[in-house]
Amino acid sequence: MGKRVGMEVSIAAAEAVKQCNVDVISAYPITPQTHIVEHLSEIVANGELDAEFFCVESEHSALSVCVGSEAVGARSFTCTSSQGLALMSEITYIASGMRLPIVMAIANRTLSSPLSIWNDHSDVMSIRDCGWIQFFTENGQEVYDHIFIAYRVAEDKEVLLPVIVNLDGFTLSHVIEPIELIEQEKIERFLPPYQPLYRLHPDRPITMGAFALPAIFAETKKAQEVALISSISKILKAWKEFGEMTGRYYQPIETYQAEDAETLMVAMGSIAETASTAVDQMREQGRKVGLIKIRLWRPFPFDAFKKAVLNSKNLVVIDRAVSVGGPGGPVASEVKSAIYGCEKRPSVYNFVAGLSGRDVAPSDFIKMVEKAEIEIEEGNQEGYEIYGVRE
Amino acid sequence: MTKPENEWTWKEIPVGNVVLEPGNTSQYRTGDWKALRPLLNKERCVHCGLCYIFCPDMSYQLDEEGYFIVDLFYCKGCGICAKECPTNAITMVMEE
Repeated sequence: MGKRVGMEVSIAAAEAVKQCNVDVISAYPITPQTHIVEHLSEIVANGELDAEFFCVESEHSALSVCVGSEAVGARSFTCTSSQGLALMSEITYIASGMRLPIVMAIANRTLSSPLSIWNDHSDVMSIRDCGWIQFFTENGQEVYDHIFIAYRVAEDKEVLLPVIVNLDGFTLSHVIEPIELIEQEKIERFLPPYQPLYRLHPDRPITMGAFALPAIFAETKKAQEVALISSISKILKAWKEFGEMTGRYYQPIETYQAEDAETLMVAMGSIAETASTAVDQMREQGRKVGLIKIRLWRPFPFDAFKKAVLNSKNLVVIDRAVSVGGPGGPVASEVKSAIYGCEKRPSVYNFVAGLSGRDVAPSDFIKMVEKAEIEIEEGNQEGYEIYGVRE
Repeated sequence: MTKPENEWTWKEIPVGNVVLEPGNTSQYRTGDWKALRPLLNKERCVHCGLCYIFCPDMSYQLDEEGYFIVDLFYCKGCGICAKECPTNAITMVMEE
């Protein structure tokens, strides 16, 4: 077993990037992601990692550098938050279309306005359809572990897609947690050197990022979508091997006290840990409540999700972003789509909670469950509200 | 390219839409964009080569008789050659 060390989660993420032996780090600072690249700059300056460290002039350039460096076959890393992600959003679509296995950590933070530095999921939801594999993590250990898993999956020749590792800003990025570090020789077995399928090289000229006429564009998108959907088997394989290496097994959909639950909460990211405390408290009162945690957001694991929820009566979906003018939060939309075709399906009640880092305590989850159960009982099948708003 | 773009299935496209064959834009018929095409009156031509120099698509080639002849496979019909020709030897006519 590896050494267990107390460290800030951002530092742990940077240490994982170092252990992945990346060739290129492209950085533009933005709160709350800054500590990750700051620590990486120290690692490179100290000579602990032989990598190019690019200080660029914007996040648009930060990701563009990674597109260029991955195109020549260099393992590349960047990270961002909030407005920075919004600025690089154009390049996120280009990276996935070009099938470049970049790994990016996003310390999730609210999108302005009003200006806010705190945590919710509005930043990453703005690029929901960008074609990257997207993980959500719950604690520091999961962040550290998923950097390795991300590169392993991204660089698989049958995947070749960029990966986002989401970690909640401040709630995770700035918190000191015990992290079990993995020995370097194990990482080297788990993550072999990157062997690109195609790369730019003067000895064998090819063109990357060319334009496509309408006659072929739809075919390119179909190929890209099939690649993303098919990546799920490789993700499962990587998680399995990672579990055999470390004893920490991950699933696309994780459940807690869900088997006999009548009401299931559905959450993503660090609030899922708080929700599990609320589940314990409600179980003590003899209430059949459980929890569903979505770890893999893209490709959405429809089969695993349906299997996990179809025996329940009520789903209480807790979103961390608003789809303004839409049907509720983005997770609830997905959940409703996932179960729409099922003959016997649970009712869905949707709360948006914890916007801009507002605390969501175990007692809040209990209130949400109680409210949802009453509303559904009274026939409100399409409930949606922003939780805790002062009237 | 082994076959035209509109015959490729999604399974045949290289990963990331990489173009593996260098220089294959030469097979791209930009000539079907044009509404007007240049028509050369050889009697007025003084072989100055300004059409050849100014053509943004390098569609003009020198032939054995010393005339610069447009390749209609690439010519987009922009009309720059006709505009620059000092003896008005080139006129733009409607595509049929």
